[in-house]
Amino acid sequence: MNRENVARRLFLSAAILSASVTVLILGFMVVLALPLFKQGLFFEILSQPWLPDSSIFGIFPMIVGTASIALLSLVFGFPLSLGVSALASTFAPTRIGFLLKKTVQMMTGIPTVIYGFVGVFLLVPIVREMFGGGSGMCILAASAMLSVLIAPTMILFFSESFENVPKQHIDAVDALGGTPVQKFLYVILPGSWRGILTGVVLALGRAVGDTLIALMIAGNAVALPSSVLDSVRTLTSHIALIIAADFDSLEFKTIFACGILLYLLTTISVLVIRVLSSKTRGMP
Amino acid sequence: MNRRLIDISVTGFSWASGIVLLAAVFSIIGFLFVKGYGALDASLIFGDTNPVDALLLRKPVFDGLFPAMVGTFLLVVLSVVLAVPVGLATGIYMAEYADGAVRHFLGFFFDILAGIPSIIVGLFGFSVTVFLHHQFSGRIYPCLLISALSLAFLVLPYLIRTTQVAIEEIPLEVRLTAPALGATQLQNVCYVLIPRALSGILTGVILSIGRCAEDTAVIMLTGVVATTGVPRSLLSSYEALPFYIYTVSSQYVDHRELMTGYGAAIVLLLICASLFASAYLIKYLLTRQFQVRF
Repeated sequence: MNRENVARRLFLSAAILSASVTVLILGFMVVLALPLFKQGLFFEILSQPWLPDSSIFGIFPMIVGTASIALLSLVFGFPLSLGVSALASTFAPTRIGFLLKKTVQMMTGIPTVIYGFVGVFLLVPIVREMFGGGSGMCILAASAMLSVLIAPTMILFFSESFENVPKQHIDAVDALGGTPVQKFLYVILPGSWRGILTGVVLALGRAVGDTLIALMIAGNAVALPSSVLDSVRTLTSHIALIIAADFDSLEFKTIFACGILLYLLTTISVLVIRVLSSKTRGMP
Repeated sequence: MNRRLIDISVTGFSWASGIVLLAAVFSIIGFLFVKGYGALDASLIFGDTNPVDALLLRKPVFDGLFPAMVGTFLLVVLSVVLAVPVGLATGIYMAEYADGAVRHFLGFFFDILAGIPSIIVGLFGFSVTVFLHHQFSGRIYPCLLISALSLAFLVLPYLIRTTQVAIEEIPLEVRLTAPALGATQLQNVCYVLIPRALSGILTGVILSIGRCAEDTAVIMLTGVVATTGVPRSLLSSYEALPFYIYTVSSQYVDHRELMTGYGAAIVLLLICASLFASAYLIKYLLTRQFQVRF
């Protein structure tokens, strides 16, 4: 009896310890960003440009940089992933579909830094050649590489939700003489929109949170971009680049503003996914 | 006719997506191997030092990947040793002890922890170091131990989730048999649930090892440096493979260094691929074993 209680306490304290890490991470960032809040600078920092010469340390360009890279990678990656998951779960012969899915699973194991490395030496020169001028390090290059990184997240999620569409519905289409494409467009796709949305939110989270690809191939310029061929700095790269600055400077404190922003975005996406999945469970 | 057009364009698009994705992946991997296979020999790892001397730490390695590989190895071992007990215990608690509301509540925290960008975890590790430096000892700097601790936080939610899912996937009749025969909850956990969920748990552990080995964002904020040699203690800075790859891509000075970078990328890719393959193998073998037995 005694041993039972000890074990239960032990498991419970492990759970509390793990959950408290989540709280501690936010806590540390808020405490270190406290001077910003006290001086009322927090929202100013979010909306101003980065002009160190005039002592203006705003992270607005980094917010724009993160948003443009993440959204463009979704523009590339979403149709691609939808096509691949349709191929793997519906259109391709079973064996090819199986192999494709295994390949995609294997892709999740490729280190991010390798995408960045190949980006620097293969993709960036190609972009430079194709569009002439500049270094080739730009939004376009980073989001193209990023779309390959986030595709497996979407593909695996999409295919899973395609396979969860009730078998009776699919059999009904077959019995009525529907083609595979009709089956996909009119039954599978509408029946799995929640799964698709969840996959997109997860992929967007990965795109926003990734550091290495943007740091290595987006060029890290602090100006506001005017085209996809401009170089930008993301919130994550900003943290990596400013970490070496003087700890007490205002410049350094901006990275905690970046951190809090990214933390809030994560929390929102978790909430969205929770709402989506709780609705699925409630469905008949 | 119109329907036929839709049929053709949808299947065509789908096959084209598949081909584009595979082409992208194989050109990324192929590019590395075609450009870097020349770098793959013993001097890639040990430089000009005799391998035996290097392995016994008698002579330092200057031009090779040996210090970075030792750093990555120590980092992985340390973080897994720190994270696995807590992750497993939490996973068991979530699957077996927590009731619905508590599970839902705690699950929310673990979902956030799992979703936090790794650079934020690194920033946390860095802030903790600064805090310790000011509060306790001026001798505390970013180091191997801090990095390992941060990486442990990074893979913790992953371990929790895989353990929890592995236990919850056990059929209910198996989960309830031992308690029905009078076994206590702890006996059920130790003799039925953990052995039965072992393949899922081990897969999670191996994939966590992969994440620790490949992560760059966390370690670049918590103590990794470009050159320092084999780490002398837990509180010293260290080299690591992914960070080496990153530094080479941004500031290589000559062809030889660039080739070592390609070599490092191939080595890291092979390490991650073999971890992935062994996770798959374990899952396959253990699942089959249980299918035979039950």
